Amino acid sequence: MKIRVAAGQIKPRKGDYDYNLNRIGEIFEQLEEDAPDTDVLVLPEASLSGYFLEGGVREAARTREQLFADLLGTYRSRVKRPDAVLDVCLGFYELGDGKYYNSAIYCTVTGANCSEVGNPIPAAIHHLHRKFFLPTYGVFDEKRFVSRGRAVTAFSTRFGKAAVLICEDAWHSITATLAALKGAQIIYIVSASPGREFCGQHIGNVARWNVLLPGIADEHNVWVVYAGLVGFEGGKGFTGSSQIIDPWGNSIVQGSATEECLITGTIDTDDVATARAASPLLADLEAALGDITMELEQIARDPYCADRTTGASEP
Amino acid sequence: MIRLPIIRAIETPVDSDENLKVNEPMLTEWLIAFLRDEIVRRRGFKTAVVGISGGVDSSLVAFLLAEALGASNVFGIRMPYRTSSADSLEHAALVQQATGINMQTIEITDAADGYLKMCPDADGRRRGNVMARIRMTVVFDQSQKLGTLPVGTGNKTERLFGYYTWHADDSPPVNPLGDLYKTQVWALARFMGVPEVIVGKPASADLIVGQTDESDFGISYPKADRILFYLLRGFTLQRLLDMGFPEADITLVKRRLDTTHWKRHLPTTAMLSSTSINDYYLRPVDY
Repeated sequence: MKIRVAAGQIKPRKGDYDYNLNRIGEIFEQLEEDAPDTDVLVLPEASLSGYFLEGGVREAARTREQLFADLLGTYRSRVKRPDAVLDVCLGFYELGDGKYYNSAIYCTVTGANCSEVGNPIPAAIHHLHRKFFLPTYGVFDEKRFVSRGRAVTAFSTRFGKAAVLICEDAWHSITATLAALKGAQIIYIVSASPGREFCGQHIGNVARWNVLLPGIADEHNVWVVYAGLVGFEGGKGFTGSSQIIDPWGNSIVQGSATEECLITGTIDTDDVATARAASPLLADLEAALGDITMELEQIARDPYCADRTTGASEP
Repeated sequence: MIRLPIIRAIETPVDSDENLKVNEPMLTEWLIAFLRDEIVRRRGFKTAVVGISGGVDSSLVAFLLAEALGASNVFGIRMPYRTSSADSLEHAALVQQATGINMQTIEITDAADGYLKMCPDADGRRRGNVMARIRMTVVFDQSQKLGTLPVGTGNKTERLFGYYTWHADDSPPVNPLGDLYKTQVWALARFMGVPEVIVGKPASADLIVGQTDESDFGISYPKADRILFYLLRGFTLQRLLDMGFPEADITLVKRRLDTTHWKRHLPTTAMLSSTSINDYYLRPVDY
């Protein structure tokens, strides 16, 4: 199955939900004009508010239902084609279960008269991912302002199983591994990555992403779609570099580090099986899962990893 | 015995500037994007004003601003005191010629002496601070007159050494150089074409005749920057000694760093509530 994917790297206006929602509406409209066959639009972490909000999270956060209603309303006001359909994955600050989260929604929005024209694809929320690893070091202070998500889940879409990760989630190889084990063939990664270290060929964090993203794709033979925020917030500039990586780890398109843009590409989900047949690392992992589970349980029981043969334990 | 070839890891010598190297084209592009984003997009200004001392920091900022905003949208101000070096004025003129920015000269002698004549006991440090604060008064007043934004020029080394006048040099709301060590400023200035006579001369605050930064510090900028690089990354003093840095240099740099933390913060406010600003009530600068 072929999926036409667009990833947008945008500069949100700080804390201005309505302005940023309208900006997303403009992207809906542009896609309708320039690439109406787009199946999935991916937008970065904190797309509706900007990233560094501190206590402003409580003012910018929305429930998933509010956000979905706003995206649907915006889509229908901007895209007049009655049978239009678009899957949208984007990051936002969420109010849910009496807490605030750094989350990403995956939903389907449809044209105004979708049901009347016999379109069988309903508008719906398919998944909500709450950031699993909250960076709280150096310039980052997330744990102070939002709660941590508790799960990494693969979910069904009209294009097969997918998973969503948010920024630091993807810096831990274990999260992408969980997503792949749960059946994801596409991993959407939304990010707000501040640029730092300007000594090498690429900005330091971009160089890191350029290793991480192909590593995830190549190890598990999944497609990876990465959308990064751009623009400066109080001197901290986000490095965009949105990209699509094929299941062999090749980046097929990449945006710049500083400018707003849309990147587009076609994902062929058949490539997942082709790549896995040649390099069955995921199957090897599945086969060893019992032993790995025992190892993890051992670590959970004894964080200091007592030597099983001698019984020695280091404090 | 068949001997195996040994491939040894290369250790960085203490006099190497390898750690301080920057990718100049990439950094230039980033700082231009920063200035456009922070001045134009976020704050809605089209123009900027900057004090031009004739030194490398303010010269580099003028070059960056000219690229970011267009030379006609940049207003440089030379603010000499009667004891200022003649070179400073000439070098500021070179910057104007090279970049095409607007430039005016506003003498601060009368303003400074108007106050200082009442303070005959003022030593060089006090006199220098008075001049620095008057210069920043001029920059902010001119920014109001011109409807433009003041831009700062302080570099990371002088910020870490506390080598500036509090709430004077450090007060402009936007600063493109504040996270660049002095040696990195020199490299970027050379890349952008700042005249060598400016980049190559000894850095000086020019507040006292014959003054240079490095004679004030007691250590050269390259030596200080190499030590600061490791200290800020959390290396212990013992580790630096083991690497071969001289103990006297390490102690000097560490002391300057440790005694100036206060200078890099806003004034200390007595916290009295659970909504204390910047303690509990937290909003980012651009919120």
